[in-house]
Amino acid sequence: MAEINRDDVAHLARLAHIDMSDDELDRMAGELAVIVDSIKSVSEVAGDDVPATSHPIPLSNVFRDDVVGETLSNEEALLGAPDNADGRFKVPAILDGE
Amino acid sequence: MTDLIRLSADALSLRLRAGEVSAVEVTQAHLDRIAAVDGSINAFLHVNTEQALSVAAGVDRARADGEALHPLAGVPIAVKDLIVTKGQPTTAGSRILEGWQSPYDATVIEKLRAARMPILGKTNLDEFAMGSSTEHSAYGPTRNPWDLDRIPGGSGGGSAAAVAAFEAPLALGTDTGGSIRQPGAVTGTVGVKPTYGGVSRYGAIAMASSLDQIGPVSRTVLDSALLHEVIGGHDPRDSTSLTDPVGALVEAARLGQVEGMRIGVIRELSGEGYQAGVLTRFSESLELLRSAGAEIVEVSCPNFRYALGAYYLIMPSEASSNLAKYDGVRFGLRVVPEGTPTIERVMGATREAGFGDEVKRRIILGTYALSAGYYDAYYGSAQKVRTLIQRDFASAFGKADVLVSPTSPTTAFRLGEKLDDPLAMYLNDVATIPANLAGIPGLTLPGGLADEDGLPVGIQLLAPARQDARLYRVGAVLESLLESTWGGPLLAQAPALDGGK
Amino acid sequence: MTAGTEEILSFEEALEKYDPVLGFEVHVELNTRTKMFSSAPNAFGDVPNTNVTPVDLGLPGVLPVVNRVAVESAIKIGLALGCKIAEKCYFARKNYFYPDTPKNFQTSQYEDPIAYDGSIDIELADGTVFTVAIERAHMEEDAGKLTHMGGSTGRIQGAEFSLVDYNRAGVPLIEIVTKPIEGVGSRAPELAKAYVAAIREIVKNLGVSDARMERGNVRCDANVSLRPYGQEKFGTRTETKNVNSLRAVEHAVRYEIQRHAAVLDSGTPITQETRHWHEDTRSTTSGRPKSDADDYRYFPEPDLVPVVTDEAWIGRLRSELPEPPAERRKRLQADWGYSDAEFRDVVNAGVMSSVEDTIAAGVSAAVARKWWMGEISRRAKIADVEPAELGVTPELIVELNFLIESGKINDKLSRDVLDGVLAGEGTPTEVVEKRGLAVVSDDGPLLEAIDGALAAQPEVAEKIRGGKVQAVGAIVGGVMKATRGQADAGRVRELILQRLGVEGQL
Repeated sequence: MAEINRDDVAHLARLAHIDMSDDELDRMAGELAVIVDSIKSVSEVAGDDVPATSHPIPLSNVFRDDVVGETLSNEEALLGAPDNADGRFKVPAILDGE
Repeated sequence: MTDLIRLSADALSLRLRAGEVSAVEVTQAHLDRIAAVDGSINAFLHVNTEQALSVAAGVDRARADGEALHPLAGVPIAVKDLIVTKGQPTTAGSRILEGWQSPYDATVIEKLRAARMPILGKTNLDEFAMGSSTEHSAYGPTRNPWDLDRIPGGSGGGSAAAVAAFEAPLALGTDTGGSIRQPGAVTGTVGVKPTYGGVSRYGAIAMASSLDQIGPVSRTVLDSALLHEVIGGHDPRDSTSLTDPVGALVEAARLGQVEGMRIGVIRELSGEGYQAGVLTRFSESLELLRSAGAEIVEVSCPNFRYALGAYYLIMPSEASSNLAKYDGVRFGLRVVPEGTPTIERVMGATREAGFGDEVKRRIILGTYALSAGYYDAYYGSAQKVRTLIQRDFASAFGKADVLVSPTSPTTAFRLGEKLDDPLAMYLNDVATIPANLAGIPGLTLPGGLADEDGLPVGIQLLAPARQDARLYRVGAVLESLLESTWGGPLLAQAPALDGGK
Repeated sequence: MTAGTEEILSFEEALEKYDPVLGFEVHVELNTRTKMFSSAPNAFGDVPNTNVTPVDLGLPGVLPVVNRVAVESAIKIGLALGCKIAEKCYFARKNYFYPDTPKNFQTSQYEDPIAYDGSIDIELADGTVFTVAIERAHMEEDAGKLTHMGGSTGRIQGAEFSLVDYNRAGVPLIEIVTKPIEGVGSRAPELAKAYVAAIREIVKNLGVSDARMERGNVRCDANVSLRPYGQEKFGTRTETKNVNSLRAVEHAVRYEIQRHAAVLDSGTPITQETRHWHEDTRSTTSGRPKSDADDYRYFPEPDLVPVVTDEAWIGRLRSELPEPPAERRKRLQADWGYSDAEFRDVVNAGVMSSVEDTIAAGVSAAVARKWWMGEISRRAKIADVEPAELGVTPELIVELNFLIESGKINDKLSRDVLDGVLAGEGTPTEVVEKRGLAVVSDDGPLLEAIDGALAAQPEVAEKIRGGKVQAVGAIVGGVMKATRGQADAGRVRELILQRLGVEGQL
């Protein structure tokens, strides 16, 4: 079982889209190492014969009829938006300028 | 007027229906209490004065007009700020949602409105319900009414403290790993985590979808049953919602009987790591149950030792994905960094500034557990442990009708005491987590005060999935036996709160 | 890099050196009334951010609920592709951040798709058949629509900001993934086009999608890799994203084969990456290389429960399936008695259904083909529309044909009648009357014209009287000229011979 180090945390923070300062990365790496160490035994407990449980109470085939319901108005949809224009959510450029 | 705030929801309901008191009077009494004491408790993030009084006035008019009303109509309630409400802010205790207003009501809120229960306001919590002390709220910690230097538990410390401080007779909580039960234990109140799927999650801001459950918070077992019947039942908007009827929970609480029942003591949930005063009160409760005709048996759940580990893989994994939507695009906080603000940079800066340390920790941990190369060892293995824990419960429920344990290993710790030690904080939930992993219902009720610190101890009851009624049947008996030894409710022994700031 | 500036080899040279392997991921938007996981309308072209519920915006607290019709459509597609249907399958979350994805994860399927292990036969224009193996078909949801503003091109590059409309977010998608397609050689571009056309035909035939590529109802990601002939291991592939017309699919595959060949020839390894197709330059440009960001951290969607199928359910859906297109074609060709070439022409012209309807309305297979492949196709080509879009109904063809067979008009006049009908002048019969187009069948005026023609060419008349019947053509020609074509040539010939007393010697 791999331990978690600072580079791992930096990579994970990028994946999770959370900026982190150097100090934060150091601290987080230290804390997570302790946590990961304490939970890694989980990976050794159950063999291949044990099925995974993804839902605590087993249900299946819960469907909705294909019937249109109530929708939000454009105003309601945009009410909480940090920025909007032209009835749409406005976001900064997706790519860096050339 | 002061008396009104000390009444149970059941007692309030009786007086309201008898016309002895108006809903406006009851609601105003609680709003006054909030104004008087919440400065020192900080249970409420938002007080909903106007709307609550207007609902109460509507109830009074309706009653005067002879309309048929729900038994709890006019009985006020506080709502954990993880549950979305129209017309009030919903923050999840996070900066990232500061000022956000939901355009829709959670299903449980629709049910409260249908029952015409005035909503007093939104209660404090650890950010996104991640914590066991309510210290991880972005809006300051809530304090324990028994000792203002101590934590009220978490994540639902606000709801538990509000009820314990007589600011509300009832509250809604959410429980992912013990967030209703552990605060209940350390504040001397009652709280129930229903069977997974028993109460709709639609509108409860998700932390870990396969573990989260909304439930009642109150001062008596019967009051929790009354509220549970209001909020329970099938909801087509929640795919994991059970189609079972809610069941006769109030009736179970009113009848309350343990004679001939087998009550199982879980060997793994006591002993080492449990405070002496907690264990003493726990043993006394067992004796009381035995004296009432229950058979006390010992059961073993050997895989519980892996429960905390499995929980701290599954919960952060699901949370890391559930919390991805907070990115500054559609709602909530947006932080625009200096330089060229691409959307990537805005997301990174928004999430850095908007989330607190504990939330970041869990997102990173969950991202790790799900990432390529680790999934099988971590998330996959944790799901298997979940199966083993369900098997442990199945075997235990073969020997016992209800299981019992201390709710929390210790009484309330001091504010700040565990803030720098996440792992020690996590250990608080060791007795409550197995129920979430297995989806079974659990109830906490006050078991007395620990000798060494005079703080409340919680007793936890667990029942098989869909057998929530058993919790109320046994809980009501134990509550009444304990109260007769104390000569009244435990909260009568809590120190008086003298005003706020 | 600017589009179209990379080195490429000629297609022929590329194929001489390298063996192409293809793979396709086709996304089909279903035409359900509501979205995959919410009750918002699944509709195109409405005011932005109005076909949304809190679920589609990913607001805090929302939960998804699966659309039953979308699941049944997915099963039907699976069955039509010859797939096995999973007894139990889960939804999964695919985690990545992008502003068009409201939850910053896409609800999809991962380890266990609803349908898997199928195959379809793809027939190329010359009748060559390739069998394409289908790896899986799974359910997922579409993303919202981003519009890039500022900058010069409206493209993502150089944009100052973008606007997001979530009306499309959550529209049900079925992603159909092929296994690697080997051994197609120089037919690769053609096969690519034919495969996507076949998928489009299947989902349209099933009625589960509007299948309009110009609206993005069917979108293709085309994977291309090359390897030296004889090598078993696949080369590094590129994935050209969102190629949204049949022609573009063909061109993109051709271009990537040519580009890969040039890169490989120069001794450089191919970068595994996504490519963007540019219709204007008919070339691709580099998207982004595979990276850390492609760690999608799939896990089972905890807010949704598994889909479990049984024989009764699948059997019912199977019984609702229309006849598969390939079988239908086989049946129709046999019924109509067309040669392989004739039938293929009908199919390629896109008039098979029209021919079928026209025969059903009451004309022979030969007549139906004559009309649709002849006059109607010719007009469609001029107008640059599909033949079926001209507004010619089977009933119209039946009536035109009746007028011809009863001798009221001839083939030439029938075109004028068609003009009149399409110009809204009424039924064929009405047009014939209004425009005075009827074949001259009253013998009086004809005999007058015949006498005139005979008088004009007495030497020809003499030859005919003498038994040289084949010379009659010159007189017929004169009569037709005099009547401006409004005579029935057969009847004219008959009358000339009668006039000259050589009747019965025919």
